Amino acid sequence: MSKIIKNLKQFSTSNDRFEGAHLLCPGCAHSIIVRELLNCTDDNLVIANATGCLEVCTAVYPHTSWDASWIHIGFENAATAASGAEAMYKTLKRKGRLKDPNKPVKFVAFGGDGATYDIGFQFLSGAVERGHDFTYICLDNEVYANTGGQRSSSTPRGASTTTTPAGRVSYGNKKYKKDMVAIMAAHGAPYVAQVAPNKWKDMVKKYQKALATKGPVYINAMSACTTEWKFPADKTIDISDMGTDSLVFPLYEIENGTKLTITYRPKNIVPVRDYLGVQGRFKHLFKKENEHVIEEMQKAVNEKWELLQRREEVGV
Amino acid sequence: MEYKGWDQVEAGAVLPSFSQKSCDVVNQKQEERNYADTNSYTASVSDWRVFKPVFNKDVCIDCQNCWVFCPDTAIVSRDKAMLGIDYDHCKGCGICAEVCPTNPKSLIMFFENEENEEVLSQWPEKKKKEK
Repeated sequence: MSKIIKNLKQFSTSNDRFEGAHLLCPGCAHSIIVRELLNCTDDNLVIANATGCLEVCTAVYPHTSWDASWIHIGFENAATAASGAEAMYKTLKRKGRLKDPNKPVKFVAFGGDGATYDIGFQFLSGAVERGHDFTYICLDNEVYANTGGQRSSSTPRGASTTTTPAGRVSYGNKKYKKDMVAIMAAHGAPYVAQVAPNKWKDMVKKYQKALATKGPVYINAMSACTTEWKFPADKTIDISDMGTDSLVFPLYEIENGTKLTITYRPKNIVPVRDYLGVQGRFKHLFKKENEHVIEEMQKAVNEKWELLQRREEVGV
Repeated sequence: MEYKGWDQVEAGAVLPSFSQKSCDVVNQKQEERNYADTNSYTASVSDWRVFKPVFNKDVCIDCQNCWVFCPDTAIVSRDKAMLGIDYDHCKGCGICAEVCPTNPKSLIMFFENEENEEVLSQWPEKKKKEK
């Protein structure tokens, strides 16, 4: 049974199951995303967590921040742990060995972008292909933030990271960001979506839909990182706003691998330049010799938005 | 609580969130729960703070924007009303003050060593909209 959330006031009566005093940086968007997932449902949750910022900071011995069943597993196999738990639950239910078989249990896996795009890619692909009933949420901060900011395959073009530093000869990362949402949709997953923490209602709706969907669900959550994106801690929501309004992070969902719906259309589309300008990792792009990268990025964003709109129109 | 040494921690350790069996956490408010010592609710990160948010009840419209965007579960909201800030868990990131929509803001960041009463008595006046 899903919880009905009409407005923010009613949502605020939820009892938090994610406790404070975890050790994530002040202003980290990870905990906003996670809190909303735990608050949007009344069901019991089994959470598998890949290594990454979220795991390292929420379960520092001797404290845990989780009021739900939570397991930490290796860097690559959050999806595997969730699918294993789900398979075991199904078996125990069939054999009649559950104490409360009618109580709904949902299986959720959290992973950072490193654990999802790079290291856990094969495992996630396998779990989605096997069709386990679980939700995978990727907290996409576009960098290996926990180990000091190395580039991942989610890092956008032009970003300066510790392994792709910008300087005299380089403008930072030269590769384009991997389109993970499209890859997961191509697996034929029943529900795939992209969310951002600033649009809380859109996020809650997608979470609830994801938990209600039977089968594997992949959600890509934009998570602004104050440390590696280099902006002041209080600007997390502002930067997320800019990300969604400049269409660098368009909010959309894909059902059954084909039916695409855009869930948020910004009234005023902000130029990508503005989104880049507020982040320290793109500072070097505003030098004269690097201006072409911004133009290329704007072009890529426009093309992607055009593609999304056309796909929505045609319904494929 | 008593800390174990590095050689006393058992591999694959379990950290219980509650001291007794808890089945109905979703319907319990935070103050009603029986937290174990190993729950981070019992810990504090207040020493991380350089700036602290101060809450002015008179200006607040209970929109709950601060509650939904707080990364540290440090905004105390009960029965659709904003009650205040949990200074044990607040890290002073300033998101709550940033998303506050009222004029003047009902949450403003001040230096950690300033007194709340003093600050509240000098709350800024309503600003006129610039045209």
